[in-house]
Amino acid sequence: MLKNGQSIPLDSIPESSFEQFRSALLAEVSGGARVVNFSAQPIGEVRAILFAVLADDAQGSLRVLKTRVDDSYPSLTPDCPQVHMFEREMWENLGLTPVGHPWLKSVRSHDDPANHPFFTMVGQDVHEVAVGPVHAGVIEPGHFRFQCTGEVVQHLEVQMGYQHRGVESAMVGGPHKRTMSQIETVAGDTTIGHAIAYCEAIEALSGTQVPERAQALRALALELERLANHVGDLGAIANDIGYLPPAAFCGRLRGDLLNVTTTLTGSRMGRSFVRPGGVTQDIDDAMLTELRATLDTARSQCVDATGLLFDSRSSVARMTGTGVITADECRELGIVGVAARASGVEVDVRMHHPTGWYESAGLSPVVETTLDSLARVTVRRNEIEQSFAIAEKLLKALPGGPIRVTCADLKSNSFAVSMVEGWRGEIVHLATTDADGRFATYKIVDPSFRNWSAVTTAMRGEQISDFPLCNKSFNLSYCGFDL
Amino acid sequence: MLNLLRVRQRQGHKTTAFPKALPQLPARFRGRPLIDSSKCPNGCTECVDSCPTDAIQITVGKPQFDLGKCTFCLECTEACPENAIAFTPKFAMATSTRDDLIIGDEGLRLAEALDKKTRALFGRSLAFRQVSAGGCNGCEAEVNALSNVVFDLSRFGISMVASPRHADGLLITGPVTQNMRQALETTYNAIPDPKLVVAVGGCAISGGPFRNMPATNNGAESVVPVDLYVPGCPPHPLTILDGLLRLLDRIESGERQAG
Repeated sequence: MLKNGQSIPLDSIPESSFEQFRSALLAEVSGGARVVNFSAQPIGEVRAILFAVLADDAQGSLRVLKTRVDDSYPSLTPDCPQVHMFEREMWENLGLTPVGHPWLKSVRSHDDPANHPFFTMVGQDVHEVAVGPVHAGVIEPGHFRFQCTGEVVQHLEVQMGYQHRGVESAMVGGPHKRTMSQIETVAGDTTIGHAIAYCEAIEALSGTQVPERAQALRALALELERLANHVGDLGAIANDIGYLPPAAFCGRLRGDLLNVTTTLTGSRMGRSFVRPGGVTQDIDDAMLTELRATLDTARSQCVDATGLLFDSRSSVARMTGTGVITADECRELGIVGVAARASGVEVDVRMHHPTGWYESAGLSPVVETTLDSLARVTVRRNEIEQSFAIAEKLLKALPGGPIRVTCADLKSNSFAVSMVEGWRGEIVHLATTDADGRFATYKIVDPSFRNWSAVTTAMRGEQISDFPLCNKSFNLSYCGFDL
Repeated sequence: MLNLLRVRQRQGHKTTAFPKALPQLPARFRGRPLIDSSKCPNGCTECVDSCPTDAIQITVGKPQFDLGKCTFCLECTEACPENAIAFTPKFAMATSTRDDLIIGDEGLRLAEALDKKTRALFGRSLAFRQVSAGGCNGCEAEVNALSNVVFDLSRFGISMVASPRHADGLLITGPVTQNMRQALETTYNAIPDPKLVVAVGGCAISGGPFRNMPATNNGAESVVPVDLYVPGCPPHPLTILDGLLRLLDRIESGERQAG
């Protein structure tokens, strides 16, 4: 047992037989726990240690299960679908075969597409639509393969990997000089989220206590990131349904919020702000006044602009019932973040596994229950209001003291998990260190790694022309998935 | 409808006056670095050692920055014992050649206008196909921001188009992953000649934080010739806009800015 942002010695995690591992994992999941990370540490040629991290949201605790496997093991996916992508990933990266996995194919590699056929349907009315990797807009690349009967999508398969840069393998043996820059660009629109997750892992492994003021400034930056992206998403959704005034207003407001982040950090994306031990820049009284005034104005204008989406009956009608994913589907697939909360699943790291400033924040998750694009839009609008309130609270009572302390060396042979609620959802970093206190493994789970399954599920039975709206209502990262 | 008009009224007019007037960016914004090598003690290599992307080297006792590799982080300014390095809010940094991105004390040769014949072709209407080839969505987001009402790219006759067949140029972001190399080449070949290539961001110029990694190439130039280099991690939308307008001779270009 451990908590978010804590480290434990590797040898304190009991190793069990695969059968015990399997039954413990399935028992935890049927008791309501979620698998937030499932990864392998290679030892020798084929043998590997598997770590599964299970989150108990009610207790705010994490349980780590550990077992040892040879080159194959009976797949857990048929009994626990939420691990399906983790098992594919370990198969691809380390050659560990999950025997009985229902759809075992590459996650990121593009060696020979013939080795990785797409799911196809046959029948007189069936036709196939292939889109990507280069899409029509200014957007990251990925390949979408639709199996349709007429206009109706029966199945969508998303093939990623085009953005794969090798972030995780570059971490091994680190931290290196470049590590922080690479972490900040895991998903460049989630710079603060991933930077906090990484720094909390480092701080757990080095036993560092981050000063209160730094914790508050990190929370401020994280909420500013959420604000800019949520407002931008609502504008992009308005654009995709052809309602241009809110698209224009939200596009501009997103920029205003990025400019607030620039005022604070010197970068629109918040680069170089969060560092192990704290943050790099402080706020003085003049800046405090400026930030509060700017955010006040932005808040009322955001209420105006995003309210338009709900005032127009045709806009609400367009989003209602489009791209439905049920709460049960979300739980089965391990969906996180805005997508899960819009389907009535209460998962939010800031409330269930809080660290830093959030431990005493007393927030409640923003939840909707209509399961559709409208629900995802509504969750964003309400979270915008929540984040403005958090920012206001933070700026009213910033704790004093230093903003950064020096971190000691990382403990050797240790294990740490850190989770952050990024604007898309739950970010999970898992680090293990070797005998020299360097990273032996580093596993990054961006919310997009979980949530692309939500997009494909939500598209089933929808018209293919609904894809842009459905896709935008999730707005997932490609490079966050591809790493 | 009435409410829509009221909201429109309250939102106001937000389009930047650039390039007629120079917008003031926040004081902390990290644009072009200012190097004062007169402060550098003999043999000091603190900045070089601290740089995560090897963007700094010492040439004849003076630090030189490769803006094409720089991520505009704070490592060198924090490491420098003499405060000889500072990032300024100056956003104009795009250049016509790779070498021009390497700067010391003396300033930066900004992008030059295209020749008259090419300008006659593209000056009033320039369409780009954008391809992200391993970009982190930082540069992509800033390119997207160019189309919002603040920067309003289309008022200059510049647009982003869906088909490479309709494009006059390619705007590349990302270090060019192995998995995107073929798609990038195909897109480039699908654009009719003559065509322009713009590399946006440190990754597209040099590979950035992902330089010399097995899954990536070292930027756009490893695959296609580049006509405009826009440094930044990610570049501010104004840095991109400034570069494009210089190409089209809409901004006086070619001068060495005072250090």
